[in-house]
Amino acid sequence: MELTLWTYEGPPHVGAMRIASSMKDLHYLLHAPQGDTYADLLFTMIERRGKRPPVTYTTFQARDLGGDTAELVKKNISEAVERFKPKTLLVGESCTAELIQDQPGALAKGMGFDIPIVNLELPAYSKKENWGASETFYQIVRTLLIEEVSEDSSICAKRWKDLGRRPKVNILGPTLLGFRCRDDVIEIQRILSEQGIDTNVVSPLNSSPDDIKRLIDAEINICLYHEIAETTCEWLKRNFGMEYTTTIPIGIENTINFIKEVHKKLDLPLTNQEELENKSKLPWYSKSVDSNYLTGKRVFIFGDGTHAIAAAKIAKEELGFEVVGLGTYSREMARKVRLVAKDLNLEALITNNYLEVEDAIKKTSPELVLGTQMERHSAKRLGIPCAVISTPMHVQDVPARYSPQMGWEGANVIFDDWVHPLMMGLEEHLIDMFKHDFEFVDGHQSHLGHTAVNTNESKHENIIKEDQPNLKEIIWTDSGKAELTKVPFFVRGKVKSNTEKYAMSKGLSEIDDETLYDAKAFFS
Amino acid sequence: MSKVLFDKETGPREVFCGLTSIVWLHRRMPDAFFLVVGSRTCAHLIQSAAGVMIFAEPRFGTAILEEKDLAGLADAHEELDRVVNDLIARRPEIKTLFLVGSCPSEVIKLDLATVAEKLNKKFLGQVQFLNYSGSGIETTFTQGEDGALKSLIPLMGATDEEKLLVVGTIANNVEDRLKKIFKNIGIKNVESFPPRQSTELPKIGTNTKVLLTQPYLCDTVRDLKHRGCEVIHAPFPLGVEGSTKWILAAADAFKIQELKVHEVIAPLISRARKALENHKEILRGKKLFLLPESQLEISLARFLHNECEMNLVEVGTPYLNKELMEEELNLLPENTKIVEGQHVEKQLDRVRESQPDLVVCGMGLANPLEAEGIHTKWSIEMVFSPIHGIDQAADLAGLFSRPLKRNQILTTKTLATSK
Repeated sequence: MELTLWTYEGPPHVGAMRIASSMKDLHYLLHAPQGDTYADLLFTMIERRGKRPPVTYTTFQARDLGGDTAELVKKNISEAVERFKPKTLLVGESCTAELIQDQPGALAKGMGFDIPIVNLELPAYSKKENWGASETFYQIVRTLLIEEVSEDSSICAKRWKDLGRRPKVNILGPTLLGFRCRDDVIEIQRILSEQGIDTNVVSPLNSSPDDIKRLIDAEINICLYHEIAETTCEWLKRNFGMEYTTTIPIGIENTINFIKEVHKKLDLPLTNQEELENKSKLPWYSKSVDSNYLTGKRVFIFGDGTHAIAAAKIAKEELGFEVVGLGTYSREMARKVRLVAKDLNLEALITNNYLEVEDAIKKTSPELVLGTQMERHSAKRLGIPCAVISTPMHVQDVPARYSPQMGWEGANVIFDDWVHPLMMGLEEHLIDMFKHDFEFVDGHQSHLGHTAVNTNESKHENIIKEDQPNLKEIIWTDSGKAELTKVPFFVRGKVKSNTEKYAMSKGLSEIDDETLYDAKAFFS
Repeated sequence: MSKVLFDKETGPREVFCGLTSIVWLHRRMPDAFFLVVGSRTCAHLIQSAAGVMIFAEPRFGTAILEEKDLAGLADAHEELDRVVNDLIARRPEIKTLFLVGSCPSEVIKLDLATVAEKLNKKFLGQVQFLNYSGSGIETTFTQGEDGALKSLIPLMGATDEEKLLVVGTIANNVEDRLKKIFKNIGIKNVESFPPRQSTELPKIGTNTKVLLTQPYLCDTVRDLKHRGCEVIHAPFPLGVEGSTKWILAAADAFKIQELKVHEVIAPLISRARKALENHKEILRGKKLFLLPESQLEISLARFLHNECEMNLVEVGTPYLNKELMEEELNLLPENTKIVEGQHVEKQLDRVRESQPDLVVCGMGLANPLEAEGIHTKWSIEMVFSPIHGIDQAADLAGLFSRPLKRNQILTTKTLATSK
């Protein structure tokens, strides 16, 4: 038994729902009690979907348990098939139904439908959402393609040459409730197309069972999200000899490596490599002098495996940050994340407990947190800027604008998303530092002139009184004040407080211009 | 009773389970913690329904059952004991801990009552333990509150003092308003259940007169009756009409002249009626379809018809307790179609056929209906917003007029890609 106040991942059947809802012409019969229908709102509210997920819940009740829940399952299956006329039916259980062992998958198969039926067994008491999504996708692909497997079904990645056409690839892994999947798919298709490579099928997102059957028309698979598609890619490799890519095209170097990997697998010459360096603004923005202040910024990274690993690489190599913490909630990706962490001389944090993550953030005192929406909240409490890089999804993670993470535009988005909170962070810091400067306070409060000067002045005095009660006796003489105004505003606060500190330590009651210079010499 | 038409429907339902009510219960009693004994689904449900990422450490959580807990019940009890100990050590401010049963804990017959009893002995004087079921195989959405309140009743002391006990969670500011009104009409001793602190339970007895604020408290009412409380029958305090009749019923039970009540509430009523006018302009003559979810549907239908002049197409309700709802049913127009239970697909067919101007439904259904050009109001807002009492009547109407008003403003009425 595990005490959980909040969880990064839902149960495995929610993963199955992500696959089902991503696809067309498919229906999911879920043996589950009524409360489990909450999962619909993940799609209709968070993703703002204008369609209900294609899911029929049997919504059995306590009174059904005494009778025949199997009959209830069959009735619901018949009605769902009749009403929705799916081309493939998924049948599975949620946690409670797993306990009563009606075996809805077997029941469905015995009902004589002429559509493929995918029996999903997703252990609810040991597995989680991403595993459920991966398993579901794999079972669908396996069910729909198993009959195509034969001795001579091996697909040669170079066959496009003999077929006299452009090479074709499948893009596997994007789903609803996946982080920026909607836009990543567009970006990757665009990049492939520029390289003369056609996309055969994108799946699960917006694909149908018919599309799944066409997967073997492509030469290779692009495994876009390992959490979702690796098992499927492996199966396609084992049974059809289809190669798949392992580089995740997030960040400049990995996008280039990804393009190289695709070309190599397809035996397609890469002729525009130099061009690729300039496709995104990230490298130059990162190089430009304005970005100097990014150097060595301490950054803490936590998210799903795919995005956490990618973020670590970008942070270190492409933005010049120092990664001070790295972790993931994806147990399935723990090994890979640990390897990356080891390279960074870190120990990876593998946990599903957000309080442990918050604790780790506190301990490493980073200047920027890259995490999930939960880390955004933790960082806010700790006063650290944060950018969101990973699921679990929040309505904010489905922006109206085009906003991929992958490819060239993804790198642009990442530069802005990660650096802007930091700018804000710097701004906050400056405001804090100069809060005793009434010029600064004026400027910060309003750009509309000085209508409120008096209030600000009195506020300014109050701050001094409240914060430094023992400074009341120290008086700034006219010469001292005059000299202080000559100090550039952005260091004036510091100079002022240092001088006062100095004056106090020397037991002075007045600060004149000379005291200021004495203090300057003392502290330098 | 006016002639309403009753229908029953079974089939796939689209409603929350009783665990959802933890979302408002934990806010009402900040010294209590709600520990669901369930699965990852339960944990995910509550955090999704509540959008709980805003809390640092919420006052609810889930003891997630794992495979080894299913293997042996004895071990599961021990495990729960361990989890509770950790929790109490971490949160010493907790005064009451509710062990909340779920679908899986009910199916494996985890005996939370016995666990609670043991823990009560162990933490005597420090924390009190209670248990109830919020499972979806037994409870719907708001019924969770019924279970929680029922579990508190045995802890309520006895008294012969005459008092009015207002039962059901309402917003704190609304509670203050209602108490002030009761005071002004001459009912001095008014207490609320649940109280604002779980340890400050009101005492009850034969001179306690119970007035319900919410229609979903069947079990609580029954147990209060067993303790000798007298239940005041009234419609629920939604809208001017419901609230007025509700206050009058209480006054009657305390033998207070009707005239005295009217003296106090007449200015409130006229103010509220005036405030309702703007909303009525928008709602008048519009067709309303209520899908079953919060159990407030019948009271809302009565308010929206009688005071906002909407036309009722169908009033869904997850379940119907005719005794508790009698006063409400009497106020409904002739031939109102009430459907108990749900077959969500067939019901949505009827929604599309009848082309209502507004559908009250759960969050899972709202955007898909909007995409088809059917305007909606999600019902979960009804349990989070202060809607009870005469003063809130216009705010309550506003919840329904806003989506219609918004639709008048916006040029895009549907989602082109949805079909």
